[in-house]
Amino acid sequence: MAHGPAHGLSRWFYTTNHKDIGSMYLWFSFAMFFLGGIFALVIRAELFEPGLQIVEPNFFNQMTTMHGLVMVFGAVMPAFVGLANWMVPMMIGAPDMALPRMNNLSFWILPFAFAMLASTLFMEGGAPNFGWTFYAPLSTTYAPPSVTFFIFAIHIMGASSIMGSINIIATILNMRAPGMTLMKMPLFVWTWLITAYLLIAVMPVLAGVVTMMLMDIHFGTSFFNAAGGGDPVLFQHVFWFFGHPEVYIMILPAFGVVSAIIPTFARKPLFGYSSMVYATASIAILSFMVWAHHMFTVGMPFIGEWVFMIATMAIAVPTGVKVFNWVTTMYKGSMTFETPMLFSIAFVILFTIGGFSGLMLAIAPADFQYHDTYFVVAHFHYVLVPGAIFSITAAVYYWLPKWCGRMYDETLGKTHFWLAFIGLNLTFFPMHFSGLAGMPRRIPDYNPLFANWNMLSSVGAFLFGAAQVLFLYIVIRAIVSGRRATAQVWEGAHGLEWTVPSPAPYHTFTTPPKVD
Amino acid sequence: MLGKSKRLLVLPLHAIVAAGLPIAAWATEWPLNMTEGVTSVSREIHGLHMQIFWWCVAIGVVVFGVMFYTMFAHRKSRGVKPAHFHENITLELIWTIVPILILVIMAVPATKTLVRIYDTGDADLDILVTGYQWKWKYEYLDDKGENVSFFSVLNTPRAQIENTEEKSQNYLLEVDEPLYIPTGKKVRFLVTAADVIHSWWVPDLAVKRDAIPGYIHEAWTKVEEPGVFRGQCTELCGKDHGFMPVVVHAVDEAEFNKWMEGKRAKAREIADAAKQTLTFQELYAQGEAVYTKNCAACHLPDGKGVAGAFPAIAGSPIATGPVRAHINRVVHGGVGMPPFGEQLTPVELAAVVTFQRNAFGNNMGDQIQPIDVVNFKQGQ
Repeated sequence: MAHGPAHGLSRWFYTTNHKDIGSMYLWFSFAMFFLGGIFALVIRAELFEPGLQIVEPNFFNQMTTMHGLVMVFGAVMPAFVGLANWMVPMMIGAPDMALPRMNNLSFWILPFAFAMLASTLFMEGGAPNFGWTFYAPLSTTYAPPSVTFFIFAIHIMGASSIMGSINIIATILNMRAPGMTLMKMPLFVWTWLITAYLLIAVMPVLAGVVTMMLMDIHFGTSFFNAAGGGDPVLFQHVFWFFGHPEVYIMILPAFGVVSAIIPTFARKPLFGYSSMVYATASIAILSFMVWAHHMFTVGMPFIGEWVFMIATMAIAVPTGVKVFNWVTTMYKGSMTFETPMLFSIAFVILFTIGGFSGLMLAIAPADFQYHDTYFVVAHFHYVLVPGAIFSITAAVYYWLPKWCGRMYDETLGKTHFWLAFIGLNLTFFPMHFSGLAGMPRRIPDYNPLFANWNMLSSVGAFLFGAAQVLFLYIVIRAIVSGRRATAQVWEGAHGLEWTVPSPAPYHTFTTPPKVD
Repeated sequence: MLGKSKRLLVLPLHAIVAAGLPIAAWATEWPLNMTEGVTSVSREIHGLHMQIFWWCVAIGVVVFGVMFYTMFAHRKSRGVKPAHFHENITLELIWTIVPILILVIMAVPATKTLVRIYDTGDADLDILVTGYQWKWKYEYLDDKGENVSFFSVLNTPRAQIENTEEKSQNYLLEVDEPLYIPTGKKVRFLVTAADVIHSWWVPDLAVKRDAIPGYIHEAWTKVEEPGVFRGQCTELCGKDHGFMPVVVHAVDEAEFNKWMEGKRAKAREIADAAKQTLTFQELYAQGEAVYTKNCAACHLPDGKGVAGAFPAIAGSPIATGPVRAHINRVVHGGVGMPPFGEQLTPVELAAVVTFQRNAFGNNMGDQIQPIDVVNFKQGQ
């Protein structure tokens, strides 16, 4: 029997519907994006000019820490899980996720984790102030008392991610419509399948490392305390064994999104589908072998340094294949430039620039000069902001008509794009220069030599922030009063999700479609 | 005689030289690139940096060139009908193999430089560099056991940081006691830390080594010409991470030896001073200076501390309790406070403890002599 959603708040608390849960994930991540953005603007306001003006150094450190944690675990990851919830069942012709009750649980523990993390800002001693990488012993022996709440919050986020991943894998492997073989799956489904495996592999490692911290802090162990026979470098090895795959967790689904959007607006099939799948898998496997390139200056033996340098350089090959495939997909297409396409093209260009600086950072001797400077900040923001954030934005513009049955305003969408594009480059491109000139990261004050670039970065950051407020307005306006969308929405769109009406009914594919 | 093409190349160079002044000003206000530095290793690293940069530019020109061409030429608004190809094995092989070749071309010189960086043997001088929250300690290791050691602390005036005074050129990149090294000698740095992880970086020397508690890592440099080189801590190490710069003075050998002799003489002076007895006024005055430099950053100039993070000195159970426990806390640190036993002289330790026990309304009325501290440290 077909039935619709329950009414009132209980719909959202008790829902096991993949679309409801997907929406909640997306709204939650949007809220976290603004929270993390406010932290970033505090940082940029303080760095607007040399000297201490707005915040104390200790609070500044809390801001850099909370900005990183909230953006990584609160904004980017839940946004991709939200997209997976909405799109994976519809793309493979499944009626819902394989484990709907667990789906509800994996979302609903998140707000508690982040409420707890945010509450540390109001605790005595302040919020975590040791950077999102929380290197011991700064995060153990020398940490504020709130570190315990941070550890518990990380545990909850990890549990949520692991449950979400198990769900996605179970759905993709068991619930594909007849005829939807693995090598027919849309690339977004493929990239998420691989991402989910990465998450299952590394989130327990993160849980392990924070548990060891907890033991060091409260139960007298010395995992990371040199005075007790422990090893602070061990922390970094374990952290980055999680941390590097984590980087790809935040970018592989983005590859999937862009691989869906570019063919649609180029009106031409994706070039090199199978090489895209293999490149994604290669990147995932390599991601487990390069973690120590975050640690080129910790004094590894020569051979360790060299092996991690070579392995890191090797990642450029499959990543390059992807970029070449996207460009060749556009080549000889029939292109139009609606907002999702603009964000996707910017993704390809700017992500490639981030890849270039990544290649430079891979050269271990040169990394001795780049490491922990603003050059690194520029690098990872170039892969994460135009990478993860732009692809999520593109995905929202691309699939919003399917979700709510209404179109967004194209002019406003393009305005949002150009503001965000200019703001982003104005914020992060100068960081290459301030970094090369010698400005370390995570400092609240700096020599006047770096002043001009920092001022530009700060102006750009506020522009970028304003652009996101416009984004919120565009989305709400579309949902409330946008023009009605057709089922196919985009002229060049292909795939099962475009065969259902817009907005997608509460239950889709209760009888599996036939795929040939 | 230059050929025509060469002359064309030289011309812009002339223009640049002629416009030398504004360009120099531009470079100090809008610095663009990594420093070449002053050592052979730093120049090699700069070379690698430029080499990989130009490879990236070349790849970027090709990839973005094709992309912009296609965005211009293959638009629906120009009436283009889409092609349908979606595979080309030759093309895919080429763009897998060519990047591999480029990477191999880059890996060879990078490996060579890496080998040189790791060659820390045969040093003429060893300096132990220890990171503290938030200062550096330098110790010249001497075969005869007469080590010279001192702390190097930021000396940018607070007023400049708080914007009540104009910032100087070396704002946040200046210290009270710089590190001296001789030119033309291979200097080996043994880098470690006493509390959390720091990182010792001087861009002009291209030396960056993490200072990690429990480890002693090696790095080396050989500076040819005298000069002053500035750097900063590059690993987040807590509140004042941004305020612990590194300053290195490279001087010729004769001047270096003179400086070392001066340092040794001062060390003997300090040892003698520890035997003196000071008056309460002397202790209090010197203690106040030591407090301002070493304690006020956390416990604040008024001794009130920060609730939940840094305890108040005013009325604290330690500053108003037994003397021994007070000395113990200052010498050995504890509950997040770094130990000061190594970085302050016995006179300074005695003075600051005396000051804390009598300032901020504590009024204990007692005084501690340098000899008390020396005795405490020797387990009395």
